[in-house]
Amino acid sequence: MNKTWLIIKREYLTRVSKKTFVLSTFLTPILLAGIIAAVIFMTVKNVQQEKIAVADKNGLLKEFLEPGEQLKFEFLPGADTSLLSKGYSAVLLAPGNGMNSTTERFEIYTRKNLSVITEGSIRRRLNDAIETRMVTQQGGMSKAAYDSIRSQAKEVGFDNKVLDGGSEVKAGNSGVAYAVGYGAGFLIYITLFLYGAMVMRGVMEEKTNRIAEVVVSSVKPKQLMLGKIIGIGAVGVTQFVLWVLLIVGLTSLIGLFVPAEVMEQVNAMNKGVPGAGMAVQANQATMAFAEAKHTLSSVNWWFIVGCFLFYFVFGYLFYAALFAAVGSAVNEDPQDAQSLMMPITMPIIFSIVIMMNAVTRPESALATWASIIPFSSPIVMMARLPFGVPGTVPYWQLALSMVSLVLGFLGTTWLSAKIYRTGILMYGKKVTLKEMWKWAFRKD
Amino acid sequence: MNILEVNHLVKHFASQKAVDDISFSIAPGSIFGLLGPNGAGKTTLIRMITGIFFPDAGSISFDGRKFQPEEDIAQIGYMPEERGLYKKMKIGEQALYLAQLRGMSRADAMAAIKDWFVRLEMESWWNKKVEDLSKGMSQKLQFVTTVLHRPKLIILDEPFSGLDPVNANLIKDEIFRLAQEGATIIFSTHRMEQVEEICKQIVLVNKGKKVLDGTVDQVKQDFKEHLFAVGAAADAGQWQTPLFNVIGQKDQKAIIKLQDGVSNNEVLQYLIQQGVSIQSFNEILPSLNDIFIKIVEGTPTARKFDASL
Repeated sequence: MNKTWLIIKREYLTRVSKKTFVLSTFLTPILLAGIIAAVIFMTVKNVQQEKIAVADKNGLLKEFLEPGEQLKFEFLPGADTSLLSKGYSAVLLAPGNGMNSTTERFEIYTRKNLSVITEGSIRRRLNDAIETRMVTQQGGMSKAAYDSIRSQAKEVGFDNKVLDGGSEVKAGNSGVAYAVGYGAGFLIYITLFLYGAMVMRGVMEEKTNRIAEVVVSSVKPKQLMLGKIIGIGAVGVTQFVLWVLLIVGLTSLIGLFVPAEVMEQVNAMNKGVPGAGMAVQANQATMAFAEAKHTLSSVNWWFIVGCFLFYFVFGYLFYAALFAAVGSAVNEDPQDAQSLMMPITMPIIFSIVIMMNAVTRPESALATWASIIPFSSPIVMMARLPFGVPGTVPYWQLALSMVSLVLGFLGTTWLSAKIYRTGILMYGKKVTLKEMWKWAFRKD
Repeated sequence: MNILEVNHLVKHFASQKAVDDISFSIAPGSIFGLLGPNGAGKTTLIRMITGIFFPDAGSISFDGRKFQPEEDIAQIGYMPEERGLYKKMKIGEQALYLAQLRGMSRADAMAAIKDWFVRLEMESWWNKKVEDLSKGMSQKLQFVTTVLHRPKLIILDEPFSGLDPVNANLIKDEIFRLAQEGATIIFSTHRMEQVEEICKQIVLVNKGKKVLDGTVDQVKQDFKEHLFAVGAAADAGQWQTPLFNVIGQKDQKAIIKLQDGVSNNEVLQYLIQQGVSIQSFNEILPSLNDIFIKIVEGTPTARKFDASL
């Protein structure tokens, strides 16, 4: 049997059969979902009824200020700050003399700082009230007519149709693309560190356990290194696939909690059945849900997942070889690893910074080049891809990026194998980056 | 035909010549001692013989052919000085894995492991982990994994370090048994008393060069200083003769050093003439340890020896 295969098998099986692997694989998505649910729950629960006293001597707001679900306004003539101790969470003082004066401002008194949400809500309602007042008083329009116009204006949305070479029309959605790109880029960033560090620890373990020399007297150091990298990579892919399955499972569980008739309506709307849409127009929640479902289905998931796996695997291979080289140079002291890891972690951290920029401007020169150079392409390209191929990312860029990543992986592996071969048998000496560089380019 | 022939082997590292033109050959079935102080180049030499390093110059032939690391390492068992095992792996699986890496099939490896585990009373260890073993126990396991695949050439670098006398004897017996069964053993160490006990032939390297090569007996003869111990009921201080000098007294015995060209019989004749009743008369050969220290410390003897080489 092939010796590299034996090594891969050992590396894979020892890790997959560990309790920590099983726990982290199954608990991570559940924990993540739990945290998200908890955050949403807390945010929603935290919003309390706020009762606000309004002193509005000149009647600037009385007819125009709309209460909200969490906000209640009470117009009290002669309201002052003493009301704060009588169950009111804020006192709003309108300017004493008309709206024309710029020196006069609204003032709001509170016991404690208002939450961002409450403050924003008050500000919006105040603006709306003043706007309505101006339109009705100066524009001569009735309040009812203006309200109707405004609610209609709110309903207008637009579908962004991206023209691909003049023939095909695809629905683009920058919001979803942003989220997917950001998520995918971040996921690759995490996995590079997670599994890269795992490779480094594995190599360090073999070196400090003194098994390295025993093994390299049976197999070539390069086989040992590649076996470890591929074995751990397979662990990563396994974990990723299990996570995807779990997430798909969990989301279909969420589907169970949505009432059946709502789902039916949503499906009907997506199919564009006339009449069905009209019947549910009043139902805001259904609308939002339908829209989310529609935009999510506009993303080419198979393509994205396929590309993700490619960049996940080759990005990992590209960096894992470098991590292995560092692991081989480290002696007992894990502190050494920190400084030697710097040249590897820096490009990864740069990539994540560029990625955050790329999701907002996927066509910028920085994003384009960073998505082609193999040091940053796994993270940055994943951030650009959801914006559309070949709309935002032309085919040649994708091909160039993939080819240079594969070539880059061969390069780092070749380089690392030379460092690894020397480092793994070197004991007791503190190795510097300069020495590692020499090992890598020594000819023999 | 020699199992291993090493011809003019050279290996440089950036700063020094680790191995500088070393040649020797080893007959099959022999136990060969590779000696030298720390940093002499023993490990580098062994790493070339096991195919871990490529020599810069020189050649190695294994079993009559040019050494082909890829195929021939299946015939070599190597226990490095810096050795260890996977701490978290079960002992049975570990032995199986290492044997398979050496090219054994799973079934063959299982049979060999069972055989060895029974012989060394390790059957109950199968499901234990290395971290649960004592140092001596893991040394034993290490030895078993080195010889499992019935190698023709076994290279043991400091095999007894960390072993108690009982386990050291156990391993020593196994080494003799393997040699009797036809395996050749290279035994690398700087513990001379073990070499004297085990090895027939030795090579001593110092600072990358070979400084001594021969059988243990021959080397001792070469380095003898014509010292004799005379057990006699007499006062050695009164012996005045041009034949020898008395250089000491130890355990009721006088230590004498013969002058060049003086034979034993002349000495005995003199002693008999003196009316000494002789109880014993033995030549004192130098221990390998003495020879080792003498050469390595660069005494005049060593230099003379070097020049005559």
